[in-house]
Amino acid sequence: MRKIKSASDLERWKEDILTKQKKHEMVLSVCGGTACHAYGCKEVRDRFAKVIQKIGGRHKIRLMFTGCRGFCEKGPIVTIQPQGIFYQKVQEKDVPLILSETIEKGKVLEHLLYEDGVTKQKVTSEKDIPFYQAQRRLVLGSNGRIEPTKIEDYVEMGGYQALAKVLFKMNPDQIIDEIKVSKLRGRGGAGFPTGLKWESCRNIPGDIKYVICNCDEGDPGAYMDRSLLEGNPHSILEGMIIGAFAMGANQGFIYVRHEYPLACRNAEVAITQARKAGFLGKNILGSGFDFDVEIAKGGGAFICGESTALIASIEGRPGEPRSKQIHTVEQGLWGKPTSINNVETWANVPLIIQKGSQWFSSIGTEKSKGTKIFSLVGKVKNTGLVEVPMGMTLKEIIFDIGGGPQNGKKIKAVQTGGPSGGCIPASLFNLPVDYDSLTQVGSMMGSGGMIVMDEGTCMVDVAKYFVHFLEEESCGKCLPCREGLKRMGEILDGITEGKGNEETLSLLEELATVVADTSLCGLGKTAPNPVISALRYFRQEFEEHLYQKRCPAAVCPSLIRYSISESDCTGCGACKKVCPTQAIEGEKKQNHRILSELCSKCGSCKEVCKANAVIVL
Amino acid sequence: MKIKTVNITIDGGSIDVEKGNTILRAARQFGIHIPTVCYLENLTPYGGCRICVVEIGHEGKDKTFLDTSCTHEVKEGMVIQTKSPRVIRARKMLAELLVASAPNVKMTQDIAARMGLLKVRFSMEDSRCILCGLCIRMCYEQMDGKALGFAGRGVRRKVSMPFETRPETCRLCRGCDYVCPGVIVPCQGIKEPGELCGKCTRLEEIPNCCPTGTFGCFCDQNPL
Repeated sequence: MRKIKSASDLERWKEDILTKQKKHEMVLSVCGGTACHAYGCKEVRDRFAKVIQKIGGRHKIRLMFTGCRGFCEKGPIVTIQPQGIFYQKVQEKDVPLILSETIEKGKVLEHLLYEDGVTKQKVTSEKDIPFYQAQRRLVLGSNGRIEPTKIEDYVEMGGYQALAKVLFKMNPDQIIDEIKVSKLRGRGGAGFPTGLKWESCRNIPGDIKYVICNCDEGDPGAYMDRSLLEGNPHSILEGMIIGAFAMGANQGFIYVRHEYPLACRNAEVAITQARKAGFLGKNILGSGFDFDVEIAKGGGAFICGESTALIASIEGRPGEPRSKQIHTVEQGLWGKPTSINNVETWANVPLIIQKGSQWFSSIGTEKSKGTKIFSLVGKVKNTGLVEVPMGMTLKEIIFDIGGGPQNGKKIKAVQTGGPSGGCIPASLFNLPVDYDSLTQVGSMMGSGGMIVMDEGTCMVDVAKYFVHFLEEESCGKCLPCREGLKRMGEILDGITEGKGNEETLSLLEELATVVADTSLCGLGKTAPNPVISALRYFRQEFEEHLYQKRCPAAVCPSLIRYSISESDCTGCGACKKVCPTQAIEGEKKQNHRILSELCSKCGSCKEVCKANAVIVL
Repeated sequence: MKIKTVNITIDGGSIDVEKGNTILRAARQFGIHIPTVCYLENLTPYGGCRICVVEIGHEGKDKTFLDTSCTHEVKEGMVIQTKSPRVIRARKMLAELLVASAPNVKMTQDIAARMGLLKVRFSMEDSRCILCGLCIRMCYEQMDGKALGFAGRGVRRKVSMPFETRPETCRLCRGCDYVCPGVIVPCQGIKEPGELCGKCTRLEEIPNCCPTGTFGCFCDQNPL
C-alpha cells in the first residue's frame, strides 16, 4: 500500500483506484453482516469464488463481501451491479444457477426476488423494495457498496476527503462551528449536542486529551453500532481523526465488546491500513498533526456503555460508574479531558464536513437533525436495520418500512430505546420520532432499538424481562439499582403469577420513582422506564393479572392453561410426540387430551398442531 | 492566605462554606443532620448507599435533582434541601430496601428507625454485608493493605480477597473489621426475619427495650 503524504496524493490515489475498478464488468456483492453469517452467507461467498474461478471470470467479475445491508430478515442478500439485481435468501445451491443464468445470460431468477407483501409482485431492484424506498441511508448506505477490509473501496467513494479538507482548509474552531451549526446530537441515546461537547473539551486546558468511540452496544435486539463498525470502519476512523484534530487530542480508543469478533477484526484491519496509508500515526497527510487509535476490548458488560464506567474499564479497573458532577470532558481517561462519542455520531462527522452543515441541518426536525439508524425487530414482517430522517412517524417506520404485523395480528406497542426506554402504545403511532418527542411520551431515543409488539405480547412480561435484564447487568455499586431492581423484579414476578393486592402496583410505582431518582448512573436512573411506561399505558393488563388472575395475551405460564379442542383435533399425535413431560394422552385418530397436572406449559404442542386444535385458556 | 468561600442556601439558611467542600461536610459544619451509611470521615466518599441524598437546585432555576451529598461539591448559588418531601420519600424507600436485605445489622435498623419505618413491604433476607465498601477503602487507603475488593456484579456482588485467598499484603490488622457496620447486631440481638427494631424511637417503649439502659442508642452510630 502506498503512503499518502499530501491532499493531492490522496486525489491521485483515488483516480488510480477508479481506473483500476473500471476493468470489472460486473460487481457481485454478498452481504457479510452478522445476521447473514447466521444464514450461511460465508458458504455462498466461498461457492461464488470457486465457481467464478472455474469459469475464469475473475477479471470480469468482482466478488465483494460487504457489511450489513440492513434487510436482515431476507438474508443472505446478493446484489449484482450494474444491473442492480437484488436477490434475497440465497442458498449455496443457488450459486451455479445465478452464474449460469443471470451472469452469463442476463436472465433474472424469479424465485430469488423479493415479493411485495401486499401486491404479490416480484421486485427486481433494491431501490424499488418498499423496505428501502422510505429510508434515507446516509450513514448506512455505503455498507453495501464497499468491502470493509479494503481501504481502497472507501477512498474510491470519496473517503478521507473530509479529513484532507479539515487538515488543510479549516482550523479547529471552524470544525467545531460547523458541527455546532449542523446541530448534530449524540446518537448514543442522550442526545447531547456534539458540537458543545467538543467545544468544552477543546476549551479545557491540557496538552493530553483523548477521544473515544463508544461501541459497547448491549441493548437486547439492537445492533446498529456493530453493523457500522463491521461494515464501514473507515468512516468511524475518519470521524475520530477529524474530532481529534478539532479538540487537540493525539490518542483515540475504540471501545468495543469482544463479543463482536467481526467488528473487532474489521476495526483492527482498518486501523492497520489507515496507519500504512498515513491517515493515522505521525504527521498525518503531511499536515504535522499526530493521532493514533487503539482498540480497547470490553468484556461485554452493559454498564460499560456508561461513560465513566467505560473509562474505568479502559483504565483496567472494574467497569463501575462514578459520580458525574465533573464531566468526562473535564476529567476523563486517566484524569485528562476526554470526549466520548457513539459510533454513529462519529460516522456522521465526515458527512457533515464534506457536504456542509447546511445540508445536514436541512434533514430532520427542528431540534433533531440528520438521520437515525434503528434496529427494527420484533413482530413485523421486515426486520432489520433502517435509517430514517428524524421526524418520521412511528407509523411510517413500522408499517411502510417494517411491512406491518406478522400473521395478521394487531400491533399493540413499540418499545424504543431498549431496556432504558419505554413502550409506546399504538394510539401514539403518529408521533414523529426525534429525541424530544420520544422523551415526552415517557420513552427515549436510546441507541435506537425498536422492538415491535403485537397482541400476543404481554406487557407485564416485557417489563419483567427488561427489569431482570438490568438486574443482571447492574454493577451493584449503588443500593437503589442493586436492591431496588431486584425487588422490582420480585414484584413483577409476583404479578405474572397473579400474586399481589391493591398495594402492589402503588409499591411498584413508588419504588420505580425512587430508583429513577436516586441511582448513581444512567443505567439505574432510566432502569424503571419500561415499568413506568407500561404502567402508564397498559395499567389495565397489570390489573387483570392481579385481580382477575388472567393474562390477556396468554403468555404468563402461571395464569394460563393449555387444552385441546375436541372438535378440531384430528388425532394425528404430533403433539404427543413433542410433549417433553408426556402430559398428552390419546389414541391415534382419537381425540387427544392434556393432563394439566403434568403440563409444563411450554407451548410445543401448540406450535406443531396443524389443525390449530391446541387452545390457550 | 484567604480561604475561598462560596455562598449556598441550605434548608432556607444562607451560609458561606469553604470551596471544595462537599455538601455533607458543609451541612454537618452547620449542624444539619444528614444520615449516611457508606460514608466515613477520612475515607474517599463512595456514593454507594445513596442514603445521604439531598435535593439540589440553583438560584433562579426551577429544576432540581437528587444527588448524594457526600460526593457533590458545593457551588456558588446552590440551593439545597435536606428534608424536602422528595428527599424523605427517597430516603425512606432506601432505608426499607436496606433493612430488608440486612435486618441483623444494627446500622440498617437504626436508619430504618430514624426514617420512622414501621413496616417492610419486601420479603426479608438475612445478609450480613451491606456492600458499603468501607472495609475495602479502609484497607486500601488507610492500611495500605490492598487486600480487599468487590467481586461479581449486581446481586452477586460481594467483598472478596483476590481469588478468595488472603494475600501477603494483608497483615491481619483488622482495620476492615473495625469499620464494618455488619459486625454490630441490633441492640436486642439477632432479629427474626421481618422484625423491625426501632422501639427506641417511641419514648414510651424505651424502658422496656433498651438492654444497656443508655436510651436512644440509634444516635451513636450516626453522630451529627
